[in-house]
Amino acid sequence: MALSRDDVLKVGALSRIRLTDEEVQRFAGQLSSILDYVDKLNELETGGVEPLAHALPIHNVLRDDQPRPSLDPQKAVGGAPESADAFFRVPRVIDDTSSA
Amino acid sequence: MATIDLTACQMRDALRARDLSAAEAAQACLDAIDRLNPKVKAFLSTDPDGARRRAAQIDARLDAGDDVGLLAGVPVAVKDNMCTDDGQPTTCASRILENWRAPYNAHVVERLLEEGAVIVGKTNLDEFAMGSSTENSGFEPTRNPWDLDRVPGGSSGGSAAAVAARTTPIALGSDTGGSIRQPAALCGVVGLKPTYGRVSRYGLVAFASSLDQIGPFGRTVEDAALLLEATAGHDPRDSTSVAQAVPDYLATLDRPVAPLRIGLPREFFGEGLEPEVERILRDALAVYERLGAELVDIDLPHSTDYAIATYYIVATSEASSNLARYDGVHYGRRSRDHADMIDMYMRSREEGFGDEVKRRIMLGTYALSAGYYDAYYKKALQVRRLIRRDFDEAFETVDCIMGPTSPTAAFRMGEKTADPLTMYLSDVYTASANLAAIAGISVPCGFTQAGLPVGLQILSGVFTEERLLRIARMYERETDWARRAPPVCEETP
Amino acid sequence: MSGAPLIPTIGMEVHLHLKTRTKMFCACAVEYDAPPNSRVCPVCLGMPGVLPVMNRRAVELAIRMALALNGRVPDFAKWDRKHYYYPDLPKNYQISEYDQPLGIGGYLDVPLEGRTFRVGITRVHLEEDAGKLMHAEDGNYSVVDLNRTGTPLLEVVSEPDIYSAAQARAYAEALRQLAVYLGVGDCNMQLGQMRFEPNISLKIGEGPDGTPRYTPISEIKNLNSFRSVERAVAFEIARHREEYDDDPQGYTLQRLGKSTRGWLDDREQTFLQRSKEEAHDYRYFPEPDLVPVVPDPKWVDAIRAGLPELPEARRQRFIAEYGLPEYDAGVLTADRQVADFYEKVADAAADAKAASNWMMQDVMRVLNEQKVGIADLGMTPGNLASLIALVAEGTINRTIGSDVFGKMLASGKSAREIVAEEDLAQTSDEGELERIVDEVVAENPGPAQDFAAGKDKALGRLIGMAKKKTGGKANPQVVRNILIRKLRG
Repeated sequence: MALSRDDVLKVGALSRIRLTDEEVQRFAGQLSSILDYVDKLNELETGGVEPLAHALPIHNVLRDDQPRPSLDPQKAVGGAPESADAFFRVPRVIDDTSSA
Repeated sequence: MATIDLTACQMRDALRARDLSAAEAAQACLDAIDRLNPKVKAFLSTDPDGARRRAAQIDARLDAGDDVGLLAGVPVAVKDNMCTDDGQPTTCASRILENWRAPYNAHVVERLLEEGAVIVGKTNLDEFAMGSSTENSGFEPTRNPWDLDRVPGGSSGGSAAAVAARTTPIALGSDTGGSIRQPAALCGVVGLKPTYGRVSRYGLVAFASSLDQIGPFGRTVEDAALLLEATAGHDPRDSTSVAQAVPDYLATLDRPVAPLRIGLPREFFGEGLEPEVERILRDALAVYERLGAELVDIDLPHSTDYAIATYYIVATSEASSNLARYDGVHYGRRSRDHADMIDMYMRSREEGFGDEVKRRIMLGTYALSAGYYDAYYKKALQVRRLIRRDFDEAFETVDCIMGPTSPTAAFRMGEKTADPLTMYLSDVYTASANLAAIAGISVPCGFTQAGLPVGLQILSGVFTEERLLRIARMYERETDWARRAPPVCEETP
Repeated sequence: MSGAPLIPTIGMEVHLHLKTRTKMFCACAVEYDAPPNSRVCPVCLGMPGVLPVMNRRAVELAIRMALALNGRVPDFAKWDRKHYYYPDLPKNYQISEYDQPLGIGGYLDVPLEGRTFRVGITRVHLEEDAGKLMHAEDGNYSVVDLNRTGTPLLEVVSEPDIYSAAQARAYAEALRQLAVYLGVGDCNMQLGQMRFEPNISLKIGEGPDGTPRYTPISEIKNLNSFRSVERAVAFEIARHREEYDDDPQGYTLQRLGKSTRGWLDDREQTFLQRSKEEAHDYRYFPEPDLVPVVPDPKWVDAIRAGLPELPEARRQRFIAEYGLPEYDAGVLTADRQVADFYEKVADAAADAKAASNWMMQDVMRVLNEQKVGIADLGMTPGNLASLIALVAEGTINRTIGSDVFGKMLASGKSAREIVAEEDLAQTSDEGELERIVDEVVAENPGPAQDFAAGKDKALGRLIGMAKKKTGGKANPQVVRNILIRKLRG
């Protein structure tokens, strides 16, 4: 499966990773050969096989609706690269696409 | 015998008998770390003051006759992808978390503390546990104590090397596709990957959520059993941790398993396995035969190449999701210059992640993206079920499965870094166990001509660690590979 | 095709905060006015190494809502991750339910202008809310408060069975009422506990092969009031019409797909946020850190058995059983506690109409004025029923009754006590009232003559005068009869 330069740029954007031209080229080659390798799964007949998403047959792990102490705001925000009082601070967001 | 040559169990007994103090044990390790870490580079950080303080506390309690716990006063190292709220950073060997301090302890860390262990430091790993040689560490690669020009394996290379170099008797690692077992084999120590769900993942920085498990390193099977017992068990904070009682592994450890039927998958002895490694393996298997075990040829048709392919879709997909949170907003590294929010994300991640992490994130993103989900992710999960079936069927006829842990002994630094795929194939015998959620252990079973360790891998069904450890112990009792110390230990600084 | 009527076709996604004490996946308290980032923990902060754990109560409430909407609860539901990057979403994915939700199908019957219309429900599912991103007033940056992150959200998705802005509003209101009735959510609009996302298109007609054709669909994000729902939907219907008229060939769903728009309340118009090309690729996959939900049938049955009478059914029953008009039945069933109160009063007073009268006039007025719920009224249904009885038996008249009502609230005493203490019993003595009427007529010749001459309206004035003279205690019925006899006899 050969990935084009555009494919890599698109995946890079979707992954939110900035790539240099050199990286785009190098990763295109490497990712293509990895995808070629994983294509071997197509040698296997899997019609009717139920995908195994969860390793163990556990269900219904539920928690009681009892509050527990939260973190101190200083500890919550303390590790942030930038903060403003008790808020996390980020560059101004131009478009309001919250909640997708 | 020097303190650092004691096993964890020996230390524990001496500590209880008060022939050894926790302060002495901790100091012995700290001295060894000072001496050897500049060469081996197993530790990313140590906490000498914290360790001494804690050792003093444990000593006070032991002196007062308190029962302090399973690991009272025993030094232990923790792979740096497990959160410790003790002033040491939790970096995952990544620049993106270079100075991050976790505001909480991982469950296993809490367990270590409850059982009286003394944490001496955080060990190196491939960045975010992605790799098989620790060369992907965002800081520095760890060296194999048996040959400093070679890799210790990965991703838990730091923990394996720290134990092998006798700078700590036991250490915790994590295994997603072989990351405990393979470095254990390459470093000549015991490493165990428990059944998925046996040990809580709360506080283990996630790489692949459905595959990750925390497990013990030790120089002996007994030490691995001790550390497993101390850390295993249900945790309500991990919905995937299983509410099954933890057996007293040490109590039954010396009871051999008989009859013992051992499955030998043809796929584990095929192309790619180095002849010298194979020879050493067969010698190890002969020991089991002498003990009365029956060796049975079996097939695990989906376990090698297909398992690697499956693994590199499932693990990278989950990783692309788990690592989406590293964006410089709430914690971790943020790029200095950025035009806007999106640019901030892109540059922070560009600067903070190494190449392998970037590759895997992109691979995973691709596999999950619109139009490709069925062809890659869903297909991989279907093959995963086939892999699981292979093992279920095998375990109906054999008690365990054996083979080499790694196709080669430790390779040279830089030898496999040119082509990612070459490195991925290091997991060829180990990744299937993670996909099937079963338990596996690597025990030292010899040395190559060049003096490099070789590991025997033993796999058994879900929640059969007790029997797995006994099977491993059977072999260990007949041999003494663990006595040999790597040359670096005798070197003067 | 031109000339064929364009039919607005509207569906709605509604998100509402569940009435739980803690968040969906961690034990942080859900609180609405807490200081910033004071109700967060490593889990809802999405810190490295954390894991989610499901809130049982949230699952219970979701099931309750699904059942009340006449949907079914499947025997297997699972969680998925929905990926997008935003600073108010710390993990950069939201845990939600993609293809196997907790509730499937169902419907809601919605009253509107004397009739009901039925809106199909596609599904009901749980997810976690994101935090709050705010723009700094004093600089070129934004700030994030993650207190709200992880709050349990219930999403209700309807079929496109809504055909007008008024219907959209009515549906939103009925859904809120149901959620509040069930105790599933407080749905306090001021606190942003309920958000609406209508999707609107116009059915153009049918193509040559019989399949329906539509204009492009627009989805309006994050409306948080009934008023804005109605206005935004109306705006979009008009906007689609205009666009279609401009380009009947090109303005189709097939060509232009679905777009996302925001609503500007002050300008009362929508604006484009995302076109079809820019649609998110959410890369859904099953959440590996959470195990599936396999609802125990016994548990589901117990929840079903515990459902209260639903608002629409109750409203219909009030009309049928108590003979109340539509409007009154609607008012009295709008709030479940008010409806409960009313029924107790009606039963105790054995007079549904009188009870309704008192509730609508006196009780609701006090509740609205003081902005309290009926639990804080300060009067029991029994008390009110006694008051109603006093009026019914003629001891006091209706006007005095309202007075007594106020006094009962103020003092906490019973009706009888107050009437006795303040000597409020009305005067029905014919002799005395005749004397009063004579006085009134003498003092008010104008109205008296008007009434005698046939103007019925003047009667009220004369009765009022009589009441005034008696400190309100004149039995108006008796006075009325006397006046009629004397002036029109």
